[in-house]
Amino acid sequence: MTSTTTAPPTHRDTTLARRVSSFLHAHPGVRLTLLLTAPLTWLGVVYIVALALLLVTAFWSTDSFTGDIDTSFTLENIVSLFTESLYQTVTLRTLLVAITVTVIDVLVALPIAFYMAKVASPRTKRMLMILVLMPLWASYLVKVYAWRSVLAENGLLSWLVAPVGGDTPGYGVTATIIAISYLWLPFVILPIHAGMERVPDSLLEASSDLGARSWRTLFSVVLPLAVPAIIAGTIFSFALTLGDYITVRIVGGTSQMLGNLVYDNVGSANNLPLASAIALIPIAIIFLYLFIVRRSGALNNL
Amino acid sequence: MIRTMTRGRAAAVIAGAAALSLVLAGCGTSNGGGKGGEAVEKLGENEGKISILAWPALAEDGTNDPSVDWVTPFEEATGCQAEIKTFGTSDEAFSLMKTGSYDVVSASGDASLRMVAAGIVQPVNTDLLKNYDDIYDYLKDKPWNTVDGESYGVPHGYGANVLLYDKTAFPEAPTSWDVVFDKASQNSGKITAYDSPIYIADAAVYLMAHQPELGIENPYSLDQKQFDAAIDLLKQQRAHVSEYWADYLKEVQSFQSGATVAGTSWQVIQNTLDAEGGNTAVTLPEEGATGWSDTWMISSKTEAPNCSYAWLDYIASPEANAAATAYFGEAPSSQAACDFRDDCDVYHAGDAEYADQIWYWTTPIEECLDGRTDVTCVDYAAWTKAWQEIKG
Repeated sequence: MTSTTTAPPTHRDTTLARRVSSFLHAHPGVRLTLLLTAPLTWLGVVYIVALALLLVTAFWSTDSFTGDIDTSFTLENIVSLFTESLYQTVTLRTLLVAITVTVIDVLVALPIAFYMAKVASPRTKRMLMILVLMPLWASYLVKVYAWRSVLAENGLLSWLVAPVGGDTPGYGVTATIIAISYLWLPFVILPIHAGMERVPDSLLEASSDLGARSWRTLFSVVLPLAVPAIIAGTIFSFALTLGDYITVRIVGGTSQMLGNLVYDNVGSANNLPLASAIALIPIAIIFLYLFIVRRSGALNNL
Repeated sequence: MIRTMTRGRAAAVIAGAAALSLVLAGCGTSNGGGKGGEAVEKLGENEGKISILAWPALAEDGTNDPSVDWVTPFEEATGCQAEIKTFGTSDEAFSLMKTGSYDVVSASGDASLRMVAAGIVQPVNTDLLKNYDDIYDYLKDKPWNTVDGESYGVPHGYGANVLLYDKTAFPEAPTSWDVVFDKASQNSGKITAYDSPIYIADAAVYLMAHQPELGIENPYSLDQKQFDAAIDLLKQQRAHVSEYWADYLKEVQSFQSGATVAGTSWQVIQNTLDAEGGNTAVTLPEEGATGWSDTWMISSKTEAPNCSYAWLDYIASPEANAAATAYFGEAPSSQAACDFRDDCDVYHAGDAEYADQIWYWTTPIEECLDGRTDVTCVDYAAWTKAWQEIKG
C-alpha cells in the first residue's frame, strides 16, 4: 500500500537507492529512528550508564591490601562523606572557589558582552570576538603553567604590583581563583553576549525616548532581559570549576578541591568506591543548581 | 504541559538508571586473591615476546631518545620482542598488574608486598639468573622483595629521599630533618614535602630519633599512637609548606624561583638544579631517611616465563643496569655496574653504611612489620586517608 501511495507513477527509475529513499520519505518514524539511534546510544552509554555505574560503585568497598573491589552493599562511603570533616572542608572550599570564580567572571563579562553586543562597530566587534576566543586556542595546561610563573615569587605579578607596595598572593586558593576565572571567562562572555544581542534595539530607543538615562536603561531594561543569558554563563563557570583539579594542583599550593580527592582516591589510594562517592557531591550540587535556575529559562540559552 | 512532559521524561531516565544499577550490582562478584604459585625449576625456549611494565626511564627502547636504548640489545640477544608500558605511581602499577596483561614489572617497595599478597606475582628462582650473585648483598632478601624466605624478584636500583636545601637560606648545611619539622617556622611558607601517603614515614623517621618514648622501630609499622604522633607532626608542618610536590620538575622549578628553600628530594633533582646553575645542595640528615628500592617481578599469569627470566637476568647485568639506573638517577644494584658509570660515588653505590640509613618504601600493613604481635599497625588505606586529611 505504501509503495502505491508514495512512488510517483511517472517514475520509471527504480534503483535501490531510489526505493530506500521513497520508503524513508513515507515513514518519518523510521527516518528519525535511523538518524537518532547512534547519538542516543552514545548519550545513553556515556552518560546514563556512567552515572549509574558511579552511583552503584559508591556503595561498594575496597579491600585495603589487595585492592580488590568488594561488591557487597555498604553505606560506609556515603556515611563518611557526611561525618568526616575533611569532606565538609573541601566541599566548602570548592564551593567558595566556584562561587567566587562565577561572580568574578560575570562582573568581567557583563561590560565586555554589552559593549560587543550593543556599542561596538561591526569591525571592533569582530576584533573583540577574536580576542575573547583566542585563549581557547592555547592548551589548558599551557595557560595554567603560565599563571604559575606569573604568580611566582619574583614573578611578573609581584614585579607589576611592587611599585604600589603589593605582592603576589603566592600559590593557594587566591591563585586558584585567579587562574580559573581566567580560564572560564570566554565561556561566560559568549552566552551573555548572545543574550544581549537578542535584546531589541527598539527597546533601548523606547527607554531613552521615555527619558531614561543610559544607566537607567542598562539596569531596568538590558539586565533584566539578559538574566537568563547570565545564568547560562554561570552554569558553565560554576560547573567547570566544581570539577577542576588540575589548576589547583599547579597553582593551589597545598589546597585541595573535590576533584583532587577523587583523583587521589582513584590514583594513589586505588579506592574507586570512595572516589565515586565523592564524585557524587559535585553532581548533587550541580543538579541542585540546575533545579534552581531551571525556572529562569536559562536552560534555553545554553 | 511542557513541564509535565519534561518531568515525566526525567522520571523515566532516573527509573532506567536505577534499574540498570540494580542489574549491575547483581552482576558483581567478589574473588579473593591467592598465592602466586611455585617458582620455576628450569628454563626452556624463549617465547619470542615479552610485555614490560616499568617506571618511566627504567626500560628505554630508544623511542624517547634514540641514544637511550638498552631494550633493543636485549631483543637482539634473546629474540624476545619487548612491549613497554610505563606507569606514574606505585598504585597505578598495582592496578595494571592486576589485569594480568604484563609479564614483568618494576615494583617499588610500597607496591611489591601488595602484589605478592594479591597473588599477582610469582616467586623467582634466583639460581636461574647468572647475574644475581653480583648484586649487593644489602639489597637481597629484604622484606619488600622476599616473603617467607622466598624471593619474588631481582633488585634494580635504589636511592634515598634526601634533604634538598637552598644554600642562601642555609649557609651551613643542615644536619637534621628538623629544618622541615620542628624548625620549619624559621622558613615558614618555603618548605616542601612529597605529595604521597608514604611521606608519613618521613615524619616517623624523624620521630624515631626525636621522640624515642614513642618506641618507633620501623617507620612503616606504626601503631595508632605512633601514627597519630606522625600525623600531628605533619599537620604542624603543613602550616609552613608552600606546596607539596609529586612531579619532580615542579620541585626543580620552585627551588629555582626561590619559592621553596628546604624539603625532601631525590638526587636526580639536585643534579638537574646543578646543571642549570642552581644554588642548592643535598644532604642525608643524621636521622636517616626514607628511600626506594625497586624490584623486577614476574607476573603469576605470565605466558612468557622464559623471556621474563631472560629480562630479569639482562636488566641485572652490569651494562644494562648501569645504563638504566644512570638514566633514572639512582644507585645501581651491583658493583660491576659501576664500571659502566662514572657517578657511582654521587649515589653512594656500594656504601652499605649509607644504604643502612635508608628506610626503603614498604607497604604498611595491619600486621606490624617490626615483629610486634601485641598491637595491630595502621594499614596503607588509613595512611592514604590520613594524608588527605593532613592536606585538609
